[in-house]
This record gives sequence, C-alpha cells and structure tokens, in this order.
Amino acid sequence: MSEQLIIQLIVSGLGMGFIFALIAIGLTLIYGVMNVVNFAHGEFLMLGMYASYLAYATWGADPLVTLPFVAAAMFLFGLMVYYLLIRKVLTGSMQSQIFATFGLMVFLQALAQFFMGADYFAVQNSYLSGVITLGGVVLPVPQVAALVGSSLATLVLYGLVFRTGVGRQLRAASQDAQAASTLGINASSMYALAWGIGSACVGVAASLLSNFYYVFPRVGAIFVLLAYVAVALGGFGSIHGALVAGLLIGLLQVASGFFISSELKFVPVYMLYLIVVLLRPRGLFGKM
Amino acid sequence: MSRKRFRMPKLGYASAIAIAMVGLAFSPASAADPVKVGALYPLSGQVAKSGEDTLNGIRLAIDIVNNRHADLKMPFAAGEGLPGLGGAKIELIAADHQGSPEIGAAEAERLIVQRKVAALIGAFHSSVAATSSQVAERMGTPYISGESEASTLTERGYKWFFRTTPSSRTQARDFFTFLRDINKSQNAGVRTIAVVHENTLWGQEFQKSVEGYFKEFSEFQPAIMVGYQQGTADVTSEVQKLIAAKPDVVFHASYDAEAILFARTYKQFNFNPRAVLAIGAAFGSSAFRDALGPDANYFFVREHWSRDLASRNPLVGQVGKMYRDRYGKDMDGTPARAFTAMMVLADALNRAGSTEPEKIRAALAATKIAPSDMIMPWEGVEFDRTGQNTLTRGIFVQTLDGVPKMTWPADQAAAKLVFPRPAWR
Repeated sequence: MSEQLIIQLIVSGLGMGFIFALIAIGLTLIYGVMNVVNFAHGEFLMLGMYASYLAYATWGADPLVTLPFVAAAMFLFGLMVYYLLIRKVLTGSMQSQIFATFGLMVFLQALAQFFMGADYFAVQNSYLSGVITLGGVVLPVPQVAALVGSSLATLVLYGLVFRTGVGRQLRAASQDAQAASTLGINASSMYALAWGIGSACVGVAASLLSNFYYVFPRVGAIFVLLAYVAVALGGFGSIHGALVAGLLIGLLQVASGFFISSELKFVPVYMLYLIVVLLRPRGLFGKM
Repeated sequence: MSRKRFRMPKLGYASAIAIAMVGLAFSPASAADPVKVGALYPLSGQVAKSGEDTLNGIRLAIDIVNNRHADLKMPFAAGEGLPGLGGAKIELIAADHQGSPEIGAAEAERLIVQRKVAALIGAFHSSVAATSSQVAERMGTPYISGESEASTLTERGYKWFFRTTPSSRTQARDFFTFLRDINKSQNAGVRTIAVVHENTLWGQEFQKSVEGYFKEFSEFQPAIMVGYQQGTADVTSEVQKLIAAKPDVVFHASYDAEAILFARTYKQFNFNPRAVLAIGAAFGSSAFRDALGPDANYFFVREHWSRDLASRNPLVGQVGKMYRDRYGKDMDGTPARAFTAMMVLADALNRAGSTEPEKIRAALAATKIAPSDMIMPWEGVEFDRTGQNTLTRGIFVQTLDGVPKMTWPADQAAAKLVFPRPAWR
C-alpha cells in the first residue's frame, strides 16, 4: 500500500464527495427554506448535463466555459419551476407537494428520452482532460477540477447565505416563515430564491460532471440517491451537514470499494447512515 | 307461390354462404388473423438504449416476414406473412421490463393472459429472462431468447424455453481459445488474466465460467476478479485494484454505461493492459465509440456478428443496410441476434401452421436452419434437449480507426488485429 495510492484514493473520494455535497446542498437549501423535498433534483442535474453537452456539441463550447451560463440557466429554471408549479401546490396537502415534484421527475426523464433518445453522450477532450502527475501521484484533471470547482462553489454559497443581507433573509424565512414575513421579508421571493440557488448548485455540479461523466435520461438517479443520503445524514436543512456528509460519503465509497469489495462499496455508506439515524435521528447537524 | 317465395331467400342464403366461403378460401393473405408475439425488453431505465436497438432488430425481422421484399434472398422475404398460417402476419406487442426481473415476470403474465400472445421473445437481461421464462413455463407458452446469455437459463430443464445465442459459458471458452491462438501466432506470452464484471446474473456467470476454464487452459493464471455494481458513479477504487494486480489481459463483462466509465478511468490512470477483451457489445457499441472518440480503439469484443461478414454472406449487407436506413444507426451484434431469434420463431410458427402452443413448441424443437438462410456466422440453428442452439460460433472484433473490424479468427478477418494495445494518447 503506497502513499501515492492513498493520495489518489483521497483525491477521487473528495472529488466525488464535493459533487455529492453540491447536489445535496441544493436539496437541503430548498428543504430547509420551505420543507419541500425536490424529488426531481436528479433530473435538474440531468438537464444541466444535457445543456453542457449540447453547448459542446453545437458550438464546441467547453463545459468550463459554459459553466456560468449553465448555472444561470438552471437558476432561472429553478425560479420557473417554483412559480409555475411549486407555488401552486404549496397551498395543497403534503401529498400533493410530494407528487408534484415526483411527477416533475417522471416528466423530465420522459422529455429527455423523447428528445435525446436513450443514448449516452459524453464531451470529448474538454480543457479539463488528461492527468497531473505530482511526485508519482497521478491525479485525473476532471476530478481535481470537480474538487476545486465544487469547493469554490460551496464557498461562494456560504458567503451568500451567511454573509449577505439576502442570505440573512433566506435563513430567517427558513427558521420561521411567519415571523419573517411579519418583519417584512417576502417569504414567496425567498422561496423562489431557494429554488433558484438550489438549481444553480446542481447546474455547477452538472458542468463539472460533464467533463468526465456521460449523460443519459436516467443519469440523475446515480448521483441524487447518494445526495439524499447526504441530506439525511447531515441533517435536513443543514448546509454544513450536507457538505460534511457529502464528503464523508465520497471518501467512504472509494475506500470501501478499494479495501473491502467494489460490489459492496455502498454498503458502508448506508450502514453509516443507519447508525447515525439510529443514534441521532436528526442527522449530524440537524436542528431538533 | 308461397313455396317459391320461401325457397328463393333460402337459395339466397346458401349462395351467400357459399360465396363467403369461397371468398374466405381465396381471400388475400392479410385477411388471416395476425399471430401475436410478445417482446420483453428494457425500453426505459439504465439500459433503454440497448433495449431500443434490440427491439428494432425484431421489428425489422417482422417487417421482412409481413411485407414483400423481392430482392432479399431470405426465408419469408418474397411473400407477405407466414404461408403456413394462410399468410397471417406477425403482430408485435412490446412490453417494457425496465431491467427489473419482477416487472419482467409481471409483464410476461400480462402478455400471455391479457394480450393472448402465441409466443414470447426477450429479454436482453438474463436476470429478466430467468423470471419471465418461468412464467412462460408455468403457462405453457413458447419463449425464445436471442441475446440473454446466462448459462443457467438452458440448464434448468425447461420445456418451453429456447435460446439461439450461445451461453456465456460457451463464449467464455472463446476468450481462452483466442489468447492461446495469439500466444502461438504472435508469441504474445500472455499469462495473467483479470476479470472485471458487473454483478447481475450475466456478469457473475461470465466470471464463474472464466474461472472454470483455468484448469483446461493451464498456461493462464487468474490475476484478480473485480465485481462491481451497475449504476456506479465512479470506478476509481476498481481501477486502482487492477493497477495493483498488474494483469496481462483484462476480460470485461459490462453494459454500455460502465464500459464508457471504465475506459475513461483506465485512460485517466494510464492503466494499459496488453489487451482488453469484452463479452457483450458494450465496448464496441456506437454509444461507446461516440462517447470516447479515438480512445474507443483497440478494445476487443467477442462478437456474434460483424458487418464484415457481408463479404462472405450478401444477406448481411442487405439486412444491415435495411436496419441502417430504418433506424439511422448501424446494426450491431445484439439487434442482429434478436433479428435472428425472431426469424427462427417465425420459421417455427410457419411450420407449426397453428398458434397452438404445443405445436409451436414442437416446431421450435425441430428447427433446422441453414447458415445461408441467416445473417449470423454460425453453422446454423438446431436446438438440443435443453433448448440451446448447438451450432453457434464466436468471432472477435476490434475497433480500429473508429470502426469495429472483424479480426479473429484470422481466416475470416477483415483487418489485422493490433496486439498489444498501444499506449494511451
């Protein structure tokens, strides 16, 4: 067992972990602000990846170049989903909220398969391909980029939520929507903002992923399932929690894949989740 | 008077009936009731793309049976419908099993009970073929599989299950024959073999079959066996294990998505064994080649079919062109095999001359198809007692300059094989 190997595993684990974290933060932000679980979150990722791929296939634009545009487009898409769908069902029962996002998931998957077919598409030779070799350690550039890009995006998000006035309003709306609105905070626009930012997070993850992962109509399920685990593990609504849990999951799956068995690599992840939920039902950083 | 008045209409009825009967006997072929065939394929979900391709192979076969294709020298091409059934056409009823064995079984039952299909064809995934053919066995409905490869499927002693494609065990043997031949002809000196496999029935079976042949082919040693779960986001740990084990050659059993992921990860970590040999079409599929560009080169796929066969068999070229014209992409081994299975089923339906299950089963068991009547490189189709076609043969195809070329066996090769793999660009 060489040091290089361990470093390689850690970088891969963190690279995937940050991707999971970014997706999970988007989910937990929406949940935290308005107690709605977005079941179509994986499909938002899929849309972002198709957007990156199509920009590449049509104009030859690298995913790195289109990243801000994809993030912005996904922000607008999030707003659209909120105003056209979520706002309408908020007044309905809990079930109708669940089925609305679930229905959106099925709809977006079917839409993607209708327009793009079931084929796998991948970006070839992006700016971020190849490897960096550092003292015998081979680091694939796309994964390093995922690591750097997602951690930067997380940092920006933290700044936005914890250091700005809008962020303060967002957190106020998430802590107590009624109290916030009596203090003059427009809850509805905060909800819309949460959907926008949550979707933009996924847009960033999608751009970084399309450097090394292929897109097809069901690609969301592969990533979002672990993001749900990260949200629950970190504590519903907690941004710190989603970040820590996402990284933990990324590292754990790489480590158990290498040291135990790749067939069982997700078993320790779900076991950790079960143990945490048993000992601490609100998750690592969740509020009571 | 009254008598006459009554007789006239009677005569009228009689002649009307007579005319109707004559009419029936000489009516155009299309008037016969269509024969319903149920197809079970993954049309949504992870493997939807392969499911669509496979079903297209079946659609093409049915089109050749149902419509006139005078220029095609193939059984049922010249006429319309099945002559043995009064020119009855085949009606395809496709069902989506989403890759799930449970859904596959439920859909098989629905097709048999509600849609009253005469026979089933399916199911791409061996795991789904296993459960859905169980239903067919219980209900006494003939079931033919053209691409589900798990050996156990024909080892269950089923009465109603038939398979035209070779089992994964038979195919695994071809890998060793190939390497032995390369060692001899190219002095390649291959000794250690790693197996990377997905862990549903198909991949596990392949891995077990390979392990079983190390005794017979004692010049080779196993290096490492790496199983993985389908739908994985990242295969770094799998590839790191391979790098640590340093095998000469890697055998792969993967579906499209993970084939792309593994190939990319191999390149990232500069893992370059002397050859990668894959079972199943994933490492030479159009999705794989589109996604990887030049990096898709040099992978070997143990294939069932290649367009290069057209140089020896004109049918291959004609059918391949029809497929391309209709579905906008090139035919590959999986649709070609599904096509063949459907033609074999059509042949049996025709000889049975009936949609009675027992007669169709008997006709399938008596199948005898000549190599010149089909598009496969096989010696024909004949089923043994277990329902397995005994006349199959394998070939190896290697992607060279972005085009899959038949490179083995050497006497049928369309291009010279490249061994060992050149370094990653």
